[in-house]
Amino acid sequence: MTSLKEIIDTLSLETVVSVSAEGRSVMGGYASDLLSCAMKGAKKDYVWVTLQSHLNVVAVASLLNLVGVIITEGNRPDPETVARAEKEGVLLMITPKTTFTVVGELTSLGVRAETQDPGRW
Amino acid sequence: MAQVPKFTKIQELIYELPIERVMKKGVIRVSPETSMTELKEVLRVNRISGVPVMEDDRLVGVISIEDLIKALVEGDVEAPVRKRMATRMITVRENESVVEAVKKFAQYKVGRLLVVNDQGQLTGILTGGDITRGLLGAISLDYHAEEISRYRAKHIFEDIASDQTSLILRYKVEPKDFKKGGNASSKIKRALDRLGGIPEVIRRVAISAYEAEMNLIIHADQGGELIAELQPDVIRILAIDQGPGIPDVEQAMSAGFSTAPNWIRELGFGAGIGLVNINKCADSMKLESTVGVGTRLEIVIYLRPESREKQNHKKEEDQKPS
Repeated sequence: MTSLKEIIDTLSLETVVSVSAEGRSVMGGYASDLLSCAMKGAKKDYVWVTLQSHLNVVAVASLLNLVGVIITEGNRPDPETVARAEKEGVLLMITPKTTFTVVGELTSLGVRAETQDPGRW
Repeated sequence: MAQVPKFTKIQELIYELPIERVMKKGVIRVSPETSMTELKEVLRVNRISGVPVMEDDRLVGVISIEDLIKALVEGDVEAPVRKRMATRMITVRENESVVEAVKKFAQYKVGRLLVVNDQGQLTGILTGGDITRGLLGAISLDYHAEEISRYRAKHIFEDIASDQTSLILRYKVEPKDFKKGGNASSKIKRALDRLGGIPEVIRRVAISAYEAEMNLIIHADQGGELIAELQPDVIRILAIDQGPGIPDVEQAMSAGFSTAPNWIRELGFGAGIGLVNINKCADSMKLESTVGVGTRLEIVIYLRPESREKQNHKKEEDQKPS
């Protein structure tokens, strides 16, 4: 279990909402730019890595109770998306790095995903 | 952007709560001619640590247990209060919020503040202890109100008796309105949370409702309607539209098949697994569609493991050859 704070600090992520990362633990990770795949593969208290930065990212993260979303390759959510994230309490973090790099760094911090096929519910 | 720390409930309350809600009202007072020995009795009997000193109706000072101790030490117990009272009086207005009092306590290092109304008349007295008690009271009141409302929501189906009670939530879903994507499903999720659903089941409901909602947004010409019918042990989600309709339902149900145009795929939709996701989450799903007429998707999810087992058992019974 890795703390969200540690991830933000180590990966030098910029947080774009005022949702507090304090005391939150990351139970696992998931990466994909397809929303339905994230719906299937990401779980409660997971961190989701994607280059998508639009409103529906917040909807997916909120529905799944994710611990946060790391938006890669310098994509910035628009103000409307940020406002929705504030309202829903979804922590959006941005980075210029690629998804591949971020996942590598998360893995070395000990963030794991379930090894089984995410198709199982 | 810097992290703005979240307000705690206490911080919220000290801004919201007016001083008059936490102060001691009907203040006990002494006259300037009261002796320190008499004052000792007043403090002891009323179990307080200080009182305002009033001459007729005019506030002239404050005297506290600290002043009494000093008088005892100095053997000056027969002195009148007038001689030993503090004349510096720090006041706060009763309609100000508690935070103003907290600031004054920090600024003046006094043990009690005098509370006055808008006309400047003394209406109460306030100590640090009063604030603590007031905050604790307000928190537990808040907590109780929340508990009661949760309890009521959880037991709504028991409170309202009928042969079959259901709660119907209807949402109009606009075509191509991606900005509102997920609004209806998050409201359905919240309703289930409120009703005390099992987290694992709520998750399956949230995913199915979201995928159904997105399908209406992406594919339905005129959008459609997302309807959640909640019964004590089952939720039925209906997504209904007026076209274009699906030419080959079986093909639509297969993983990876999607008719979404490129611009929608770039947004991360159209992976061709929406319906597959629904099928995995649902206890049963039925997709009916006629090209040019419309599509009707029905999803059933049992809210309690017992009710699912019961249903499966019934199904097996029905299938037994007679």
